[in-house]
Amino acid sequence: MLSRVADSLYWMSRYFERADNASRVLKATYSLILNPAKFSTEERWFRAVSALAPGAASNNVDPQRALFLLVADMEGDFSIVKCISGARENARQVREEISSEMWEHLNRLFHDVTGFELQPEDDAGAMRVVSLVREGSYRFNGITAATINHDEAWHFIQLGKYIERACNLCVMLDAYFVIGKHADDLDWLGLLSSCAAFEAYCKACTAELKPERIANFLLLKPEFPYSVRYSLDRMHEALTAISNLSLSRRTKNVERLIGRLRSMVAYVQIGEIIAGLHKYLAAIIEQCRELHAAVHDLYIEYPIEVAFQN
Amino acid sequence: MIIETDPSDRSGAKALHRYELAGAYDEMFSAVDHPRKQYRPLYNLLLNLGPDELRRSKYEADQSFFNQGITFTVYGSDKGTERIFPHDLLPRIITAVEWERIERGLTQRITALNLFLKDVYHDGKIIEDGVVPGSIVYTCKHYRREMRNVKVPRDVYITVVGTDLIRNPEGNFVVLEDNLRVPSGVSYMLTSRRVMKQIFPGLFQKCRVRPIEQYSQALLSTLRSLAPEGRSEPTVVLLTPGSYNSAYFEHTYLARQMGIELVEGRDLVVHDNAVYMRTTFGLQRVDVIYRRIDDDYLDPLVFENGSALGAVGLFNAYRAGNVAFANALGTGVADDKAVYAFVPKIIRYYLDQDPILEGVETLLMSDPGQRDHVCQKLDEYVVKAVGESGGYGMLIGPHSTEQERSEFRQKIYAQPRNYIAQPTINLSTAPCFVDGIIEPRHVDLRPYVLYGDKITVVPGGLTRVALRKGSLVVNSSQGGGSKDTWVLQN
Repeated sequence: MLSRVADSLYWMSRYFERADNASRVLKATYSLILNPAKFSTEERWFRAVSALAPGAASNNVDPQRALFLLVADMEGDFSIVKCISGARENARQVREEISSEMWEHLNRLFHDVTGFELQPEDDAGAMRVVSLVREGSYRFNGITAATINHDEAWHFIQLGKYIERACNLCVMLDAYFVIGKHADDLDWLGLLSSCAAFEAYCKACTAELKPERIANFLLLKPEFPYSVRYSLDRMHEALTAISNLSLSRRTKNVERLIGRLRSMVAYVQIGEIIAGLHKYLAAIIEQCRELHAAVHDLYIEYPIEVAFQN
Repeated sequence: MIIETDPSDRSGAKALHRYELAGAYDEMFSAVDHPRKQYRPLYNLLLNLGPDELRRSKYEADQSFFNQGITFTVYGSDKGTERIFPHDLLPRIITAVEWERIERGLTQRITALNLFLKDVYHDGKIIEDGVVPGSIVYTCKHYRREMRNVKVPRDVYITVVGTDLIRNPEGNFVVLEDNLRVPSGVSYMLTSRRVMKQIFPGLFQKCRVRPIEQYSQALLSTLRSLAPEGRSEPTVVLLTPGSYNSAYFEHTYLARQMGIELVEGRDLVVHDNAVYMRTTFGLQRVDVIYRRIDDDYLDPLVFENGSALGAVGLFNAYRAGNVAFANALGTGVADDKAVYAFVPKIIRYYLDQDPILEGVETLLMSDPGQRDHVCQKLDEYVVKAVGESGGYGMLIGPHSTEQERSEFRQKIYAQPRNYIAQPTINLSTAPCFVDGIIEPRHVDLRPYVLYGDKITVVPGGLTRVALRKGSLVVNSSQGGGSKDTWVLQN
């Protein structure tokens, strides 16, 4: 597969996952701020902005503008509309590589969310965009799984999706456990909903909302699709499949990085990490970054001298 | 589709009732209410179809185009940059006898033009013998000095050709233009056929239409036949300028149909005069490039500086015979509109035959006598810039204003070599379904020819339609649309 194509598929998938994540968080946050609680609306929006747009977060988040900022702002790389545009733009570059069903669905979603021409303070409109993306994302993931060969292209799509998910989860856990201490039950409910995890959590741990248990569930649970552990496992699978296909490449460094990353979640217990959670999450994010760079150097923009040595 | 109509409702006749023959040769009617033989099944169908049914079919066809993503890019607009290609519902039908002549004529013409290219870039005998003046050949905008004495695979310069034919008022097909550089539009021919089969299955079957679906296979095997020697399993790629190009849909479509990689310049690397593409498995050797990029942008080392569309070193790899281009570089010298005037002589010179397909009388503005004559009667002539295509840089005398004419007069005197003039030809008309009724519109015909180990003329082509009433300009960039073209079996 062409390196450029692999890169576009990877970013298509990352952007889409980013939009998906933002839509989950916003849906949960919006329903949360409708309730009175000891946390102010400002603090809740601050937490959402920290979780979704780490660069843009500051101490004075304007709650009137926060929703608009996260849904339709075209500056920065984080708003839902921007992410869907990014996903679609990458898909457009590789239209011949993805299925028509995928393209049609993504293209329609793009036209739907950009067609709103959202104005600030139009909360209802913003939430409409959020639900379009909520519905659209499950469908897109389903269509993708069902309509293309599960070959190299698929593995790059998986890699992009799960590296993005792992990072997003870490940033979100950080926002809830470190930045916004003293959360109450409602907030924990909000965190679980943000990860589409409430029902799955209840099944596994009952409805008793204990912070440590929640952290354990979202970080270390290998069976839950929106956990860090699950995401890293899928990344490992995808990278192994890609390297098995390209026998000639020097995949050692990438293998070392994904192995190290997985061991961070595979062999720890929550009690060992909960005290230093911020540092722990930051380390995972940093290692994801390193892995991303290593994959890029190996498969996408390798130096020509190296290619001729192989 | 089963068409049910109330026999008392002869509204189909209404859709046709205002059909007037306006002097030009009409593809369907020899006289009002007298359809030509090959159009009778269509005529009978139209008599039984009301405007609403036609509208429904049109809607169905539009949807099908849209869902298949058959779109072209509109430049200069930020959002919704893709539009469906305007098309007309009614097929254009060509008889087996007519087609047989077109096929022979095109084969003859392409063979001669290819010999001309080889001669021009090697010995220049035709110039030495005074048949085509060197002053015309060497001043062509698309003459490529760099191609002198470059050996191209199989001596085939023009692999993919889309020749524009028109039908004159006498009913004969004549050649209007040779497109020998990077002709486009073939994807519309293929996709509109698919749609038409859905919309008019019964009619299609009744007419016994020759298939065109084999085009992609024919193109692939033609391209493979150009591979450098010793490359038994050649890698063929399609080189596109990228997703912002107006023909990007066609590039993706053809690449997918042929199962080859669609590459951009930045995917290619030249090393030791061999071309590679960057893949996740490492560098992979490329043998044949079906390039949809103009000569000037292929290699910044040799041509247009600063172009990021091609790849550095491509031309040297080509010159070394390690990679083939389709089409070869410098083929624009043979579709220059001034050289066009000499094509009958070119055919006689190389093949010692009379041309089967005539051309249009062409006056060279570099000739002082012809220039003065034309400039006095600009309102009767069509003036074209010699190196342009797509309907740009053109004056249609009878439809022009005094101001446009005086502007062109100045341009002609300033750069006479850059212009030719042709008498205004009333292109043939064909029935088109426009705004609820059927009316005549001017059409041309672009058949596609492939030249590799042999010459293949695909039985069909793109019938382009000037959708504006009375307009003679069929280019898609100027408000033209298309029709499916049915070539009938014997």
